[in-house]
Amino acid sequence: MLELRSVSYRYAGYATEVLHEVDLRLSDGEIVGLVGPNEAGKSTLCLVASGLAPASIGGSLSGTLTLDGTPAAGLATHQLAERVVVGFQNPNTQRSGIAATVFEEIALGPMNLGLAVEDTVARTREAIARLKLDHLVLRDPTRLSGGQAQLVGIASLLAMRPRHVILDEPTAQLDPAGTRLVGEALRSLAGTGTSLLIAEHKTDLLDGLCTRIVVIDGGRIVLDGPTSEVFDDRRLAGLGIEPPARVRLGRLLGSRGVDPAVMAGALTDSAR
Amino acid sequence: MLIGGYLGPLAIVLLGVVPAAAIAGVAPRLLRISLLLTLPIAISVVLVSVFTRAGSHVLFNIGPFDATAEGVDFAGQTLVRLLAISTSIGLFGLTTEPRSFVLDLERRGLSPRFAFVALATLEAVPAMVERAGVISSAQRARGLDTEGSVRARLRGVLPLVGPVILSSLTEVEERSLALEVRAFGRPGRRHLLWQIPDSGVQLAVRAALLLALLGSIVARITGSFPSLP
Repeated sequence: MLELRSVSYRYAGYATEVLHEVDLRLSDGEIVGLVGPNEAGKSTLCLVASGLAPASIGGSLSGTLTLDGTPAAGLATHQLAERVVVGFQNPNTQRSGIAATVFEEIALGPMNLGLAVEDTVARTREAIARLKLDHLVLRDPTRLSGGQAQLVGIASLLAMRPRHVILDEPTAQLDPAGTRLVGEALRSLAGTGTSLLIAEHKTDLLDGLCTRIVVIDGGRIVLDGPTSEVFDDRRLAGLGIEPPARVRLGRLLGSRGVDPAVMAGALTDSAR
Repeated sequence: MLIGGYLGPLAIVLLGVVPAAAIAGVAPRLLRISLLLTLPIAISVVLVSVFTRAGSHVLFNIGPFDATAEGVDFAGQTLVRLLAISTSIGLFGLTTEPRSFVLDLERRGLSPRFAFVALATLEAVPAMVERAGVISSAQRARGLDTEGSVRARLRGVLPLVGPVILSSLTEVEERSLALEVRAFGRPGRRHLLWQIPDSGVQLAVRAALLLALLGSIVARITGSFPSLP
């Protein structure tokens, strides 16, 4: 379990805090979506939940972050990396720059953990299979498209086999097929007991993936609840968050007098 | 006496560098680059050595400066050494892609940290140039004049400096965070993925070159090799 208790955080050199009294708990196997308007503090929350802030980037933090019962404070960054990983939205900065092939890029993390070659290869192959990257393994990581690079970046994190995964807009550069692929991979990862926190603007992805949604605004958590409940909340519009298509369609049909239950049945039938 | 003086450097160039460059198909380019690299130094070496080196055999004089045979000999020996150095480095540069070279060394056990520093250094300038190009295009799209007179170009450069430097710094920070997430800073041994085949010939050539290097150093220290006069 990853848990933040009363966490406030201020970047080095900033006069004010970016996060205020945040409480957040990710249970094992749980997928939690994080949404909010721009500048709400999503990326900062990702950095804090991963332990990189303040361990790596500095700043001041009050409150506690615990990873499976162990306080993160005092853990070296490589010790944090064995427990929790975080992926950023720009795939170009996810690339190590020291790997000749995609396979080696994905294998870098497990290698850094000092694993035996067989274990490194097994983890790398597993991550490659999860994201269906077999056709890219021999490619130069510097010559990938944005979407391919993003998938490779995510695979590089999954190869670490962390207990907790935090992703900041993991599908920003992906097409719908790539987005679905990432969704399936993350769902299957959660099935192994890994907890996930996903900051995303694509609420449709979160709608089908997450069990819980957390809404952040101005550095504070303003909504936290089951996915359908939060996405049905009318306050989202005021925060500039667009609900998923399912909710918008339901509202539209509801306004035209169509029973949502009838619509759901029709959608299920059409899916068959 | 065999390796020093003129014969040694010339032997390196003619028997080692030139055949290798010809096999690699880079001999004309190598010649051009080596001459370009060596020429400025060569001119100053010739002028300084020929006319300022003291000697008993004066060949001719220009004003107060005597051109001596000893000076010509010194300049000649220096030039062939410069030629050996510049062609060797040039051949390496023309036949070895730096990124591939560092990555290959890493596969053979070079520290990933060293590889990262080396490659980041190699790639920093091209990356900044590329970023500057993107930002410049964006600025032009918004009406900034970056062409024309020198003054207009200078005016166009100034708005680029801030975004290029700031985005470079941000990228460096994100990249280092992404590496830390993958335990890059973990101390201790890493098991290499590759076992590069090393043939007997390669081993023998490496050993011979190493022995030749050590032999050269010993010979130079003991005075078996001539030093410049």
